[in-house]
Amino acid sequence: MADMKVGAYLCQGCGLGERLDIKGLATVAQKEGKAQVVREHEFLCNSQGVAMIQKDVAEEGVNRVVIGACSRRAKVEAFQFPTAAVTRVNLREQVIWSQPDTDEARELTQEMAADYIRMGCAEAKKTAVPAINPAAGHNKRILVVGGGITGMTAALEAARGGYDVLLVEKEAALGGFAAKLHRRVPFTEPFADPQDNGVAALAAAVQGESRIQVFLGATTTRTSGAPGAFSVDITTESGPTVTENVGAIVMATGFRPYDASRLPEFGFGSSPLVVDQAGLEALASDAAAKGQAIVRPDGKAVKSVVFVQCAGQRDETGTHLKYCSGHCCNTSIKQAMYFKDQNPNVDTAIIYTDLRTPGNGEDFYRSAQRKGVTFTKGRVAKVETAGDGLTVHFHDLILNDQAATISSVDLVVLATGQVPNSGVDIEAKPAESKDGEARVQSVSILNLTYRQGPDVPQLKYGFTDSHFICFPYETRRTGIYTAGPVRRPMDIAQAVEDATGAALKAIQSVESAAHGRAVHPRAGDLSYPSFRREGCTQCKRCTVECPFGAIDEDEQRYPQFNEGRCRRCGTCMGACPVRVISFENYSIDTVGAQIKAVDVPDEFSEKPRILLLACENDAYPALDMAGMNRRVSSAFVRTIPVRCLGSVNMIWITDALNSGYDGVMLMGCKHGDDYQCHFVKGSELASYRMSKIDDTLKNLNLEVDRVRTLEVAITDIERVPALIDEYAAKINEIGMSPFKGF
Amino acid sequence: MGDLNTSMIEKYRNDFLKEVEANVEEGQWVKMCMQCGVCSGSCPLGPSWEHPPQEIFMMIRAGRRDEVLKSESMWMCTSCYNCIVRCPRELPITHIMHGLANYAHRLGLAPKMNPTRRFAKIFWDNIAKSGRVNELELSMRLYFMDGFKSGVQKGLEMKDIGIGMLKTGRLNPFGLFAHKGCKDIKGIHKMLKKAYEIEDRKKGFVA
Repeated sequence: MADMKVGAYLCQGCGLGERLDIKGLATVAQKEGKAQVVREHEFLCNSQGVAMIQKDVAEEGVNRVVIGACSRRAKVEAFQFPTAAVTRVNLREQVIWSQPDTDEARELTQEMAADYIRMGCAEAKKTAVPAINPAAGHNKRILVVGGGITGMTAALEAARGGYDVLLVEKEAALGGFAAKLHRRVPFTEPFADPQDNGVAALAAAVQGESRIQVFLGATTTRTSGAPGAFSVDITTESGPTVTENVGAIVMATGFRPYDASRLPEFGFGSSPLVVDQAGLEALASDAAAKGQAIVRPDGKAVKSVVFVQCAGQRDETGTHLKYCSGHCCNTSIKQAMYFKDQNPNVDTAIIYTDLRTPGNGEDFYRSAQRKGVTFTKGRVAKVETAGDGLTVHFHDLILNDQAATISSVDLVVLATGQVPNSGVDIEAKPAESKDGEARVQSVSILNLTYRQGPDVPQLKYGFTDSHFICFPYETRRTGIYTAGPVRRPMDIAQAVEDATGAALKAIQSVESAAHGRAVHPRAGDLSYPSFRREGCTQCKRCTVECPFGAIDEDEQRYPQFNEGRCRRCGTCMGACPVRVISFENYSIDTVGAQIKAVDVPDEFSEKPRILLLACENDAYPALDMAGMNRRVSSAFVRTIPVRCLGSVNMIWITDALNSGYDGVMLMGCKHGDDYQCHFVKGSELASYRMSKIDDTLKNLNLEVDRVRTLEVAITDIERVPALIDEYAAKINEIGMSPFKGF
Repeated sequence: MGDLNTSMIEKYRNDFLKEVEANVEEGQWVKMCMQCGVCSGSCPLGPSWEHPPQEIFMMIRAGRRDEVLKSESMWMCTSCYNCIVRCPRELPITHIMHGLANYAHRLGLAPKMNPTRRFAKIFWDNIAKSGRVNELELSMRLYFMDGFKSGVQKGLEMKDIGIGMLKTGRLNPFGLFAHKGCKDIKGIHKMLKKAYEIEDRKKGFVA
């Protein structure tokens, strides 16, 4: 692009013309914003208005377009000009709609609008249309790691969507854990009886699908690259290692049952009559193969079975699993039915504390009650060998009987939970390894060559990190999606759904990668980070803090950006102490210039200036919606949307305070285990960085209240304006900044 | 009745749930209870029950035969039907309570002095005699069921109401002697006998 030419376009529609002096704003754009072309239009987003801009872009050579109209979240399609960088000035939602429509308020509203025009023009001059990522990967094959129900489903879904699939399974046969099940919990009407596990049919479908290449007895021994350009070494047990190129990876490595030998109080290990759920499946499959009824391991007939729910799960003492595995109640119901269906006279008792039957499990539960399975609310204390059988001691919670027993029991089945096969916990601190949480196996699954570690990061209890509600399959490694029980505890029906979702995400990922675009949450973004090598001090903060492991280090220990892995959050930019990292359309300068463009009145004007850096994912939309609801808030606030609070560089804050702003507010998403941050770690890093700012403020001889970090959600439509007003009142109380006019 | 009781235990080999399913009216529903406790929470007399319905169902499953059948609890039911209306599993809880009470009574295990049981028995004997309730006799028997002295006391307590009823013609002082039963008293007796026979045969009450 040759010379920069800024065009500012001011809309008069939606009441802007009546509430604001548009002529005055045009003068601001021209005189102060130095826009070469300034035009007004009564209805900018209609075809005439858009055509007017298009004409200027095509004929006048305008390549920076400043739109002074509605929020950047509105009319996105209308205001898209492929050869020009577009800057949106939010005069509607966050100026006229958030200020009172009165004569007294007119002056302040106009000042607000003028500042935003100055900011828009300043930003426009610092941005450029992003070039396409030169390192875009074009491989569209999908690698599925794990050949269980989840993996096979994901492979089939991707293949049927028209993508080639490599399926890697470490065992000698497909099927995973589900293949060991005699039958599965019903998934079709009327949800009354156990159904065939369906593994054989699924495996046959996988093997019959020409687009799927299956590697059995194989593991992934090295994974490098980025979406669209992964390189994976697949090592077969008895064969050679092959290197394959793939575009995206679905990790469906499933779970293993919690080790029941850690439950000696229930007799596991000391009596062969105590088995875990997997053990009972084995007995049932054995019996079915022989065409007989299920018998005790010693060959005797079974007359009474007790199922112990939550064995080593939902444990509050810290010894065992803390969580509920979700499938075990339904599984025990199913297993009790194995007996009842063979012989209704076999006594089956399920001892539970809370029966949880997700999906259509309520129907299944009722069916079991009809079949005569006894459900007893209680907590099992001990299982003892007594004579030829077992005695189960439990606390009956309904009758509050501490010493309830069931004697002459032939089999006790322990419902132990699911432990994810998630590989190496790359964030584990050595001191933590003694707690009661499920310790992950130390063998890596993906063997990533990423700087941050060989596997995908975990959130809690070894399950891989993903956002439960908003983006469940996304891991913190772009192009790698987890599905099934490795992500969270689940049953087969949920795993199938998960696999389908993850396959779709993998497809989106390879398609986006091929176009050099970002995936969720900045889907379609073409920008990517670049850095000024000569300014870099090799401090490694960017490589360490990137929530997505996108940045490696080259041989000379400089950061090496893998554009394909980048989610464009800008956390690296926020981290960089020497400010050498930037995006073409989002940089230290684009925001810095806006901060400096604001007209800061002197300290006797009684017009403070408050800078609000608002996360574009939640806080900014909440502000917009507050405006739509005509919620009025302070006219002294100037808002700049940021990609994530993680991208906020300290220089912005010191710049703002130095240029005479009276306060700085940061609004981002909730962080912690139940984080809401779209970039997982961004808001957490921001709050950590901000926790250090008090010292800086004291050094500047400023009050600590001059900077405030707040957690807001997209639904805080009423709360956000209230927080702004509260802070404006606080600033009023502290008084004006002493740094004005320097 | 003691013999009947032993033979029942024998027959179901202590499996009380099966016994309830076979012999108690609507007893087949007991296994469907999911222990949510809505019945116990909905019962207007709940706090007065030693074992609310939820517990009774659990006790049946736990095989606590004596405790259940000798309990006063199900005799507390006033048939308000709150539990039936609210039970998420649609169990006919009121009917089961009456079924259990009746079964306990038939086995001779029901608490002898339970006032509900005594009233029910007086009422039944009264109505079964002539096919129609003799109200005055019923009231007298109720007043005097704990002896002459307490009967007179109760009568005196209620004398104003009694006089009022007398004045408005709501109470016939000669009803005690002049009570007319239904037309075919013999037919009623025959019918009841047949009904007993059928029930006994169905539930195995006859040896």
